[in-house]
Amino acid sequence: MKILQCPLNGPRNISEFVCLGEVKPVPGPDAGVAQWADFVFMERNAAGRVREWWLHIATNYVFLVDRDTRSDEILATYRIGDPRLQHPTGEGSAS
Amino acid sequence: MPLGLLFQGFRRRPPQRILPAAKPLRQRYDVVIIGGGGHGLATAYYLAKDHGIRNVAVLEKGYLAGGNTARNTAIVRSNYLTVEGVAFYAESVSLFANLSHELDFNIMYSERGHLTLAHTDAAVRTARWRAEVNKHLGVNSELIGPEEIARICPRLNLSRHARYPILAALYHPPGAIVRHDAVAWGYAAAAARLGVDIHVRTEVTGIATEGNRAIGVETSRGTMHAGSILQAVAGSSSRVAELAGLRLPIRTVPLQACVSQPLKPFLDPIIVSGSLHIYVSQTARGELVMGGATDPYPLYSSRSTLEFKEGLMAHMLELFPFLAEVKVMRQWAGIADMTPDFSPVMGATPLQNYFIDAGWGTWGFKATPVCGKRLAQTIANGKAPDLIQPFALDRFANFVQIGERGAASVGH
Repeated sequence: MKILQCPLNGPRNISEFVCLGEVKPVPGPDAGVAQWADFVFMERNAAGRVREWWLHIATNYVFLVDRDTRSDEILATYRIGDPRLQHPTGEGSAS
Repeated sequence: MPLGLLFQGFRRRPPQRILPAAKPLRQRYDVVIIGGGGHGLATAYYLAKDHGIRNVAVLEKGYLAGGNTARNTAIVRSNYLTVEGVAFYAESVSLFANLSHELDFNIMYSERGHLTLAHTDAAVRTARWRAEVNKHLGVNSELIGPEEIARICPRLNLSRHARYPILAALYHPPGAIVRHDAVAWGYAAAAARLGVDIHVRTEVTGIATEGNRAIGVETSRGTMHAGSILQAVAGSSSRVAELAGLRLPIRTVPLQACVSQPLKPFLDPIIVSGSLHIYVSQTARGELVMGGATDPYPLYSSRSTLEFKEGLMAHMLELFPFLAEVKVMRQWAGIADMTPDFSPVMGATPLQNYFIDAGWGTWGFKATPVCGKRLAQTIANGKAPDLIQPFALDRFANFVQIGERGAASVGH
């Protein structure tokens, strides 16, 4: 069993969560179709440190996770609005 | 014992190697193929054979066919859901069936029949849908009930008291299993005979561009000019595409599989259950090859998990309760490039002369011959044939996806 530290529910089995995908900039209200297609489908899909949206299914709680996609390590988890999120992925947060 | 084999045994000459020894890199190739797996080698072979383009290099970072060509569960079938998918995989099955003769290399093609079990009304509906699409396109598939299933696979637990009783199945007689490594070796040997250079332990480190055109490849062994470049690197597609400045509609997720100890032959057909997340077949040497759904989140690691094995075994025992004492021998994972619509990405990219073969998720091995043949045609003519045109990368920008999730072996 792999444990994910949920900011709301504490340490829980990772099977209780769903990965919603990498954090990417959302197109503005005047963005064109091409920009939306890019946002919806294209992925950076990095090998290494990534920042992603995750959901705790039972409580419907969305938060952010820093993960290493090579070593399968959870590096940090954040509530939305956590001041540590000011730093871009991979910098400023302890790993 | 065949006399020829006895004769061979007494000969003093060492066995002949299938592939020529390593060569130095040439300065220029007409086509450079990144990735020495089944798809890359097949493309090289068809470029040389069908189109007479023999100044071709296949570059492989590790050893030949060491990636997902070695890690799949070797199933070949064409019972897909969309018109585009069925037509494409049907050509693959017909190429596979003749491949041993064409390559003069035994790929151990074994036609078994393929049963996709339906445990729910929704699954029965999808199976009927697939059967009708298949029949319309000349592919042999039909919906069958429990009596017929019992005739085809008498060992299957068809009890109505199981947790998920089997209501019906999509039966696809042409479903087959193949010796997967032999497919790559056969293509490699045949391509090398036609003059293709195969460079192993040659890692691509960069793509040279001029304006919006790819003109060469930088590798750990030096650089070369290239007329056209194809990347065929399942599991590393996003990373190699990044070298060419491209982003892809792909999430990379591990897919685990395992093999049991060898057993007396009891399972002739290939059994798939989408509801139980399982597919299983028995190889010529008696091992059960078993696989399930992809892992739940993106990862580039081929580590194994207990959750996968627990879930898979629990479901195996629902179908075959007598396997309870059987041991698992080996377990491994492949790194699968999942696209949002469960269809591959083939053909041109925004970068001129740079072609892509990616997004093969959990369905890449069964497309090896057709993908090689049609991509060779695409590269030779500079235009994708109708058969693979729907799978172009620009379908995402145009919102015309090919939804094949309903025909993926198991839920993902």
